[in-house]
Amino acid sequence: MPEGRPRSRRSLLAGLGAVAAGITLEACAPKGPVGANGEEQRLNLYNWDNYIGDTTLADFGKATGVKAKMSLFSTNDELFAKLRPGNPGFDVIVPSNEYVTRLRIADLLQPLDHAKIPNLKNILPNFLNPPFDPDRRWSMPYTWLVQGLGYRKSKIDGVPDSWKWVMASDRYKGRIGLVSEADDLIELGAKYLGHSVRHIPPAVIEQVAEMYIRQKPNIKVFHHDDGQDLLLAGDIDLVIDYNGDIARVMLEDPDLDFVVPREGSVLNSDCLCIPAGAPRPDNAHRFINFILDGKNGAVVAEATRYPTPNGAALALMPADYRNSPVIFPSAAALAPCEYADFEGLARAHLYDETVTRIFAA
Amino acid sequence: MTQSWSKAWGMFAVVFGPPVVWLAAFFLVPLAIIWAYSFGENTSLTQIGVTGTLANYAHAVRPLYLGIIWKSFWFAGLTTILCLVAGFPVAIAITFAREKTRVWLLLLIMLPFWTNLLIRTYALMAVLRDEGYINFALAFLWHSAGHVTAAFGHPLGAFRPLELLHNNFAVIFGLVYVQLPFMVLPLYAALDRLDRSLLEASLDLGHGHLGTFARVVIPLAIPGIVSGVLITFIPTIGAYLTPDLLGGPSSQMIANVIENQFKNANDWPFGAALSFLLMYMTFIAMAVQGVLSRDRRERQA
Repeated sequence: MPEGRPRSRRSLLAGLGAVAAGITLEACAPKGPVGANGEEQRLNLYNWDNYIGDTTLADFGKATGVKAKMSLFSTNDELFAKLRPGNPGFDVIVPSNEYVTRLRIADLLQPLDHAKIPNLKNILPNFLNPPFDPDRRWSMPYTWLVQGLGYRKSKIDGVPDSWKWVMASDRYKGRIGLVSEADDLIELGAKYLGHSVRHIPPAVIEQVAEMYIRQKPNIKVFHHDDGQDLLLAGDIDLVIDYNGDIARVMLEDPDLDFVVPREGSVLNSDCLCIPAGAPRPDNAHRFINFILDGKNGAVVAEATRYPTPNGAALALMPADYRNSPVIFPSAAALAPCEYADFEGLARAHLYDETVTRIFAA
Repeated sequence: MTQSWSKAWGMFAVVFGPPVVWLAAFFLVPLAIIWAYSFGENTSLTQIGVTGTLANYAHAVRPLYLGIIWKSFWFAGLTTILCLVAGFPVAIAITFAREKTRVWLLLLIMLPFWTNLLIRTYALMAVLRDEGYINFALAFLWHSAGHVTAAFGHPLGAFRPLELLHNNFAVIFGLVYVQLPFMVLPLYAALDRLDRSLLEASLDLGHGHLGTFARVVIPLAIPGIVSGVLITFIPTIGAYLTPDLLGGPSSQMIANVIENQFKNANDWPFGAALSFLLMYMTFIAMAVQGVLSRDRRERQA
């Protein structure tokens, strides 16, 4: 997924291997000293790769005496699969918004105690009451991201500010990359056709499928979270991808740019959550509160270059971050964007089968 | 008598016990669980109730999925044929190489296994892509030729890179590349056992080289060909990394569909049914092959 998260399936396979072998974090670690809150002075964080500040864990250790250890996952599915048979010992996890819902429905999260997270006051108001978690009972915002079009300026005429150029046009035939992820593909297609990304009627799903099937001869690839690399390598010139992904490769190649199409897009937010059965819930709350602190949040944003939902952290960031139109698309561009929602397994199956049909056509 | 038997039994248990336990615990039991899932349904996001339903199989045999399975068989079949065609000369060359060279050649065949499949696939991407090594070399030749033709007043147009990546060609290319050693090794094993005097006899008694190859070498290499074909074909049907990374918009194979059921679609029972449908088909194919080869042996006898 987003920037810095490697598309390496190797780590995914390694993750599945660990699940299969039933390794638990608790079993193989010796007990450490106990802190004032009665919990062992340890914390297990389960995070995306390249998704934390350079000194964040050490800073947390200095501030609290709690030794934080980070493990990595590469997709939300991997995270879900790891927690599905029971929490192997994680205290804090970083799922994306739709998976906050999935995990909550599956009883794999525990509610947050806001009294222990006073730094919630630093969070910008528009992140306090998202549709996937009203009043932030289960999750705290860590970063947010938006799907858009990454493109090579020298090969594209002007700014491709419509999904049309990838979904219903042969102008850039053979130079187009779409996402392979079923939810994104269907939701963005519906958005282009003028519908919300939530509660898409079956007739519209059908319309979206027909649109993509018609467009297939023009599409080079449905990429697997590596769109930014294909764009950078020159395999394609126009690709659906996250703002953070493109922001990263833009540092390497100034000929690249990013736009959120005018029809609007899908917003995503990666969140800090405490999984059910977390061995050290109080340390977990302390860690979340620590991240939500302005200075610590800025350390994270500095390293990840992701948009931060933390007002205090944002104020501490340099201008080239705050004013980047890629990291922070304009309010006008974001106005028609929405969060998608997890709408049940039947819907997930429908999306998957529709996309299977598109690929097979 | 009794004692010696029980001694032998003890020996048997020591030698075969651990592998049998290993196989049961880490292969048969997980396989049985997945098999049970294929008769189940999702009762919640994390719970699967094994209800004995056949709905998953009914869903799996719909034209959409049968079509994808058919396509996977096609890909695997084409890959196997190409591996056989490319692998046979290699196996013969190794067989007839000098003792010292042979060791090196075999080592070369096995060398790719020392690198992870994922890394090798990424390397292939670097070779095949529009600005990859092949197109880089072609562009160089094109421009060099362009200078020559320009001198004669016929400049060549701009170089258009060959589209080698993100299409079905790339998938087949990648699959052949990955599977070729699995074809060469059993072929070599069969050819190595071949009695050279038979070849000399055939040549002496009037067959040419081609005739000897067709009427003597190939029939004697049949066991090697059969095991090579099976060991190439079956894993290729289940390939998912290669179509994922090298494929284009129409390169989806059945394993990619199965992968999605265990990941984003979160429909393990359906994914299990698809996997086992594939496994049943493979078993049937192997059984048919077994019957045919038994018939042949009986005829020969």
